[in-house]
Order: sequence, then C-alpha cells, then structure tokens
Amino acid sequence: MSDSDTLTPYARTIGIRHEGDEDGAPVLAFEFTGDVEGRPQHLHGGATSGLLETAGYALLRRELSRLDRTHRLKPINITVQFLSAGKQRTTYAKGRITKLGRRNANISVEAWQDDRDRPIATAIMNIMMAEPED
Amino acid sequence: MSTQQDPFDPSKAAKFLLRHGHTAKLGLTYRDHGKNWVDLELPWREDLVGEIDREILASGPIISLLDMASGLSIWTSHGSFVAIATLDLRVDYQRPARPRSAVIAHVECYKLTKSAAFVRGIAHDGDPSDTVATMSGVFMSIEGANRNVGQ
Repeated sequence: MSDSDTLTPYARTIGIRHEGDEDGAPVLAFEFTGDVEGRPQHLHGGATSGLLETAGYALLRRELSRLDRTHRLKPINITVQFLSAGKQRTTYAKGRITKLGRRNANISVEAWQDDRDRPIATAIMNIMMAEPED
Repeated sequence: MSTQQDPFDPSKAAKFLLRHGHTAKLGLTYRDHGKNWVDLELPWREDLVGEIDREILASGPIISLLDMASGLSIWTSHGSFVAIATLDLRVDYQRPARPRSAVIAHVECYKLTKSAAFVRGIAHDGDPSDTVATMSGVFMSIEGANRNVGQ
C-alpha cells in the first residue's frame, strides 16, 4: 500500500509518512519540522496526537482490508497521555488492536523517538465501523 | 517572570503564538476570550481534510485546535505566560463538521492549582449547542522552565 492510499491530506500536510511495517502493523513517522513544533524546539501536543490517531486508523484500515471488510470509519473518541516532551527528532507511532468487534474497535497506539521502550505519548481510540453508505 | 506585568492578553499573544510552528501550519486564528476562556478558529482547508472524497476537516487538526485553545485559556486564567505541558487530553467526537465548514473551539480553564490546570471545552461549526466534539484535559506546569508557576 502506498502512502497516498492510506494517508489523509491532513496527515500529509504535517509530514506523516509510512515508515514500514512491523508484525503486520504499519509504522508511521514524521520528522521534526516547524510544521509540528509547539513551544520552541518541542513537538506540539496536537501534532503528536495527529500522528497517534493516523497510526490507529492506518492499522484498522489494514486489518479490515485483510479481513475483506468494508466500513466507513467514524471516530468516537481518543484519549492521549503525554509522557515526555517530544524533542527535535524523528517520531514514530504504531498501534495495536485491543478489540475488533462488529461495529466498533478499540485501539491503543504508542509514539516514540530514540528509545522504543520509552514512549513519549500513548493513545486509546474507540472507532465506530459503519456501513459504507452511512 | 514578573507578575507585575500587564495581565496575559490572548488577543495580543495570539498574534505571535499562532504565527509560528504547528498552529501557523493549521492557520488557527483568535476569535474571542473572557476571564478564563478562549475561542480559536480552525479554517476549512482542502489540505486539512480527513478523507479524500469528503470536504470535511480531519479530527487531528481539531485536537490541535482544542489543545492550543486550552493553553491560551490557562494563561488567560493565570494572568501570565507560564511553561506548561499537556498531560492528558480526551476528545469525544459527536459528529463530523459540516462540509467546507471552519471549526471553532471554546475552552475554559475551570481549575488552576500550583502544579496543574484543568480544562474543558467544545468544538462546533457555528452553533455552540450542536457540538462537533467535547474535550477535557489536564496540563502540568514544567518544573524549572518557569519558577514562578502558580504564584
């Protein structure tokens, strides 16, 4: 799958790219640029949230496509925990599906920079999976 | 930071805070404020939509909008600019914004302690009683970055 298939115009606007796959889950990333900067030399919490959310959707779309399921995805909610300040480095994010039901999915996502074992932020997302016409 | 300066004015601060970095990329603008609340606007723009075939703002920039309005509401409520970091932010999405609609955030800082600030707010596309999203969050002051925090 190419970036243009999976990434929204918003995601591309803030520089999100498909970095690769890990255990069948897409790993998304962005570089530190002015477009994602909050207070000087640090990531904006909103940009970090956008990366987490985009990684959650990319994972769910991948899994639904693997299962041959077609849905229109609707966000229900997202809760983001900010664990440490994002520095001027590449930021990565990858999700894990905690529950995939018939109508809704629960996904947890982690974002990290240098050290995979020290995430800078995590998110829990609930996503509604509606019929394509809804 | 001296507390003897003029109180933090989001209408003035927005002029430089929203002109740099991520918030400038999204094109956020100041709309209004009160004693402990701030309204910001996220414009509709083709490059901020969440799905290629629908002209609806993505949820990601709405989180950024709410996060930034939170920060401004905290500084407004506190009366000065202090270094803060988002600890926890929750956004519930009630419905998509209308096609080609700008989204407005209204966020209030309802409690300020020495080390934490509690915020809640809504995002709407014209009618505040018909929300696009609701939000609640907690921000922390950053130790060392500003020794006067909470004074």
